[in-house]
Amino acid sequence: MKRGITFWPGLLAWLAITQFALAQSPEFRLPERVKAGSSFSAPTAGSGPAILYIAGPGGAFRRHVRLGETISFAAGEITRAGHYLAVLVVGSFAETKPFDVVAAQPAALSFLAKPSRVPVNQNDGISGVAYVFDVFHNIVLEPQQVSFVLSATSASPQSRTVSTGNGVAWIRMNSAAKAGPAQFEASLGNIRERRVVQQVAGEPCTVRLSAHESGPKIRLETEPVHDCSGNAVPDGTIVTFTETYGDNQATVDVPLKRGIAQTEMPARRGALISAAIGVVMGNEIRWNGGQ
Amino acid sequence: MIRLASIWLLTLVLLVFPCLAQTKPPASSDSVGPRSLEEQTRTAVVRDYLQAWQSLGKALSENRPDVLGEFFVGAAKDELADTIRQQQGLGMHTSYGDQTHDLQIIFYSPDGMSIQLLDKVEYQLEIRDHGQVVESQQVRSRYLAVMTPTEAKWKVRIFQAEPE
Repeated sequence: MKRGITFWPGLLAWLAITQFALAQSPEFRLPERVKAGSSFSAPTAGSGPAILYIAGPGGAFRRHVRLGETISFAAGEITRAGHYLAVLVVGSFAETKPFDVVAAQPAALSFLAKPSRVPVNQNDGISGVAYVFDVFHNIVLEPQQVSFVLSATSASPQSRTVSTGNGVAWIRMNSAAKAGPAQFEASLGNIRERRVVQQVAGEPCTVRLSAHESGPKIRLETEPVHDCSGNAVPDGTIVTFTETYGDNQATVDVPLKRGIAQTEMPARRGALISAAIGVVMGNEIRWNGGQ
Repeated sequence: MIRLASIWLLTLVLLVFPCLAQTKPPASSDSVGPRSLEEQTRTAVVRDYLQAWQSLGKALSENRPDVLGEFFVGAAKDELADTIRQQQGLGMHTSYGDQTHDLQIIFYSPDGMSIQLLDKVEYQLEIRDHGQVVESQQVRSRYLAVMTPTEAKWKVRIFQAEPE
């Protein structure tokens, strides 16, 4: 009996404390996941004033509320996707619930096309990367179908659709055989982003050189220089003329102008004359005094 | 996908940056998409990402947006700076003590201008209101980060938690 006498007051005290804590501990419900920018609500139980805190890298909020009422968040109030903790505090008691804000519908594409200039006839020479964002600039992680179209006037368009993974879709495409601008477009529904990729001539296919006597000098001139697809190699490309005579050698670097390169070198009987662009060698001419 | 946090890398990172959180050893290894990843790049990205977490923790704990610029750029930097402004306005502070990271590089763009990581992270989040601790709780979440190269380091351009 003595033990019972000491036991009951302890139990009653524990029950009282528990009841007090239960009565004080704030309760609320919150969706585990809400869309960015959407309205949502958190019903609460109990009575009296409380403070609701919401914290995450995407934002910090504090609101004085009354228990028993529903806490409402208006559309546009929480717009940053991310993981948050919601803490409802009454005095020294707190109830915490985690929740996620996920991206809203796709509203924008961030489209990177590389390179801005590419030689013709390059397999996988053009790459496109598209990130999908919602209107609040959250990356949209739900898979989306992004269409990529590369079109140039001289070639039939290349088109492919790619599903995003973790918010990004990417593709590689071939450059066309003909030089000129290509439109590179990424689209998702009505969202379109367009970039221009300049397709330029590739390496020269060959260099044809002719030589003509001009007094004490030789006038050297290339034929119009093209790549192997017939595209004119851009003006400014350097042509190196070399004249070799005995143990001596003279070189002249000349940029292409209107598709051809011209220069003059001393006329030396028996000299060997050549022209080159990069690693492409042209024909050689043995100078025999214009014969 | 490449599980980044290999044992040797963990050792390296913890040796060089002993204050940084733990990273989990890898489970598998394969491609990261269109571009292969050099070991040096991988090491730099992991190092800079983990330092970005340190920077985030300091910035949000002390309400100092100026700390963000070293490791965050673009939208990620702007959004975190907004959060700091909100905290300042409310008299709130939050501490993010990152404890473990399980990192994967999931995408390296063909032009080498962006790297995407997934991070299963555990951290201790403490919320303070005018100096009083409101709540301190262990949080487990999955973060997606897009990092881009700058002059000297990789910076976080997109930083977003996603539901596990």
